[in-house]
Amino acid sequence: MPDQPAATTQTPATPATPATPAPATPAQPVVLDIKKTKVTGDWTYDRPLLATRISPTGLVAVTSSEDFQLQRWDLATGGRIVFKGHESWVHALQFSPDGNELVSGGCEGTLMWWPILDAEPKPKRTVQAHQGWIRAIDRSPDGALIASVGNDAVVRVWYNATGEKVAELAGHERHIYSVLFHADGKHLLTGDLTGKLHLWDLDTRKLERSFDAKPLHTYEGGQRVDFGGIRGLAMPTSGAQLCAGGLHKATNPLGAVHEPLMLRFNYADGKLLKTHICDGIPGGVIWRLQALPDGTIMAVSGGSSGGWLLFFNDQQDKEIHRFQLPALARDMDIHLASGRIATVHADHHLRITSLV
Amino acid sequence: MQRATYACGTHEHVLRRRGFLGALAGGTLFGSAITGGPLAGPVVGGLGWLTQGQAAEALQARDMRVLVFNMHGGLSQLESWDPKPGTKTGGPCRAIPTSVPGIHISELLPYTAQQMHHLCLLRGVNTAEDDHGKGAYLMMTGRRQTPAAEYPQIGSVSAMMLSKKEQSLPGHILITPGGGGGRGNESAYLGPRFNSIALDGQKPPLYSAKPDGMADEVEKRRHTFRERINAEFLSRGRTAVTDAYTHSYEQALRLMERRDVFDVNKESASDQERYGKNDFGRQCLLARRLLSNGVSFVQVTHSNYDTHNENFNFHLEQLGEFDKPFATLVSDLHTLGLLEQTLVVVLSEFGRTPNINLYYGRDHWSKAWTVVMGGAKVARGAAFGATNAEGTEVVDGQVDHGALFHTYLQAVGVDSEQSLMVDGRELPLADPAAKPIWKVLV
Repeated sequence: MPDQPAATTQTPATPATPATPAPATPAQPVVLDIKKTKVTGDWTYDRPLLATRISPTGLVAVTSSEDFQLQRWDLATGGRIVFKGHESWVHALQFSPDGNELVSGGCEGTLMWWPILDAEPKPKRTVQAHQGWIRAIDRSPDGALIASVGNDAVVRVWYNATGEKVAELAGHERHIYSVLFHADGKHLLTGDLTGKLHLWDLDTRKLERSFDAKPLHTYEGGQRVDFGGIRGLAMPTSGAQLCAGGLHKATNPLGAVHEPLMLRFNYADGKLLKTHICDGIPGGVIWRLQALPDGTIMAVSGGSSGGWLLFFNDQQDKEIHRFQLPALARDMDIHLASGRIATVHADHHLRITSLV
Repeated sequence: MQRATYACGTHEHVLRRRGFLGALAGGTLFGSAITGGPLAGPVVGGLGWLTQGQAAEALQARDMRVLVFNMHGGLSQLESWDPKPGTKTGGPCRAIPTSVPGIHISELLPYTAQQMHHLCLLRGVNTAEDDHGKGAYLMMTGRRQTPAAEYPQIGSVSAMMLSKKEQSLPGHILITPGGGGGRGNESAYLGPRFNSIALDGQKPPLYSAKPDGMADEVEKRRHTFRERINAEFLSRGRTAVTDAYTHSYEQALRLMERRDVFDVNKESASDQERYGKNDFGRQCLLARRLLSNGVSFVQVTHSNYDTHNENFNFHLEQLGEFDKPFATLVSDLHTLGLLEQTLVVVLSEFGRTPNINLYYGRDHWSKAWTVVMGGAKVARGAAFGATNAEGTEVVDGQVDHGALFHTYLQAVGVDSEQSLMVDGRELPLADPAAKPIWKVLV
């Protein structure tokens, strides 16, 4: 791994740093209406895209792609710049609260800190964080800590300001797929391939308790494979519940036959409250969950049944609304202040969908 | 009784091509009832005992064996032996150096990388068959499947050519998770005695334990009685079928006496630890145990690689299980002095597409993939053949299933260009349209 990975740029379609932030964050808070879901933007890269996050400012989105590169998109114009530092695919992206910095985690196991609004972003810090893939990262509510998880089955917590390791939490036995800071900033949730969902106390650095999310794991004996896992985690804003997304009914894991599934737990005692299913989507997996201000949980599903935005509340087992995206989706992020959702797709597209 | 059109004996059935032609000229090969062989009396049907097989006996004396790893479903060459990191088709996995300078393989095989000096990568395999069943058939028989003929698999041919007459264990053993523990049907015209015995994981063959409550004396009397009845029946005429039945009974009896060979718990605790206590680790240790006890052909199936969906997750999982036990076995065969006598092959029915599909999967791809060989007469620490930058086509050293089959046999000292005589028909041991890959043999 070179100390200073070279950033590469392609001819930007628009100025590197977005100059006119007008449409990103309206002066008045918008009202999100899931029934108004519609695609409002559609931009193309030249390779399949993997992951995305929208800046807290709402001005830019960052995506990653199968060519190991990252792209910064101007959400007002669709202009982009391309930059590279990782030596493998990047599945994990996270902005700082002010939107000036991005942390990325690659399948080569490194974390990189980027001054993301620079004309030609270059990593200001690189940390060899994991043995093998980094699958997910999250940032503490105050922005001070970064948590990372991956194939080495270890949870690591880092000071954002220095890249210094704060904690190393061992307790998972298989690949860890997802991580989420609790809103109190003192607890961390992590989910793995086998459906183990651990709650860690960051003060004591100990495992506090676990939730049983085994329905999200399948061992298919004929194919002799473990499959599924906790692909996404979210807590509705009340903090009273915890949701975990993934898949079930994996009758043919190797052939992409499996259905999206979301589990809803009572946070206080770990009791399973609801098993949210999605009829009519025989090929899908929930890649990510996001909580909306009204308590609705939004999921993105991709698979042989295409791409879907799915909306759940705590009253119904089935989703309360679904919206079919134009193509199979792989990741999603929402900018709550504007109601804009970014989704990335295997067909090379970054699509912007609005809930307004 | 219907005449059986298969070989009734072992290596003695094999006739060198020039010997066959010479015999034809002398007019000595015609007729189906030929005397001789280890069982008294004439044999009707099948292949007679044509020669005393001096060459074959010499071959057996060298005590060669074959070990095949069947990566069921179609192993991705890009996540294993022929990585293309940083290219359009490369996926997220990186390449790592091996014990052989200049040869890199996927980072998913770190232990195997340290044994590369024992192995040879054939990166130019093009079998032009993307169907699972047909692909498996051609890789195991060296020939394309046709309704007109059935051909014996490499395991049956190896058992026939390499097994010693006094070998008490079966010569053709498959270790297949969930394999059912019965007998296969891979020998075609070689006859049922060269069919496989399939072990279900690490379990011994089915029905190989003496029934509970049966005293040794009672058991002995049963077999004495069977032998007497059998002899009476055979006195009225032997066929290849009756010979096969007789052989099966005798082999079963010998196998019951050596049932402990199938028990990996007899291996040391440290060895069990080194191989890992998961299923595949124990199966590799069992393979070592069987080879060490003189079994001529062992095939271990590792499943499943048919990764149309989430190829990378599944290869992480499967190769993570495969890597260490396989590397340990290769290393142990070398340490034990068995690698010189043991051909190791890692094959699939085909490779996987360089293109990554919408579901992070790879589909079937037979145009450009990799087979690994090692041990016996195979060149060590070599990479033969090459694919282009994105792995879509073979650009050097293209080989197919026919050439590979020849090469497997030549690697253990078998002249793959010889023929068998079955009911007066000359049947080439390997596809006569193909040739061995001499460049990978020493």
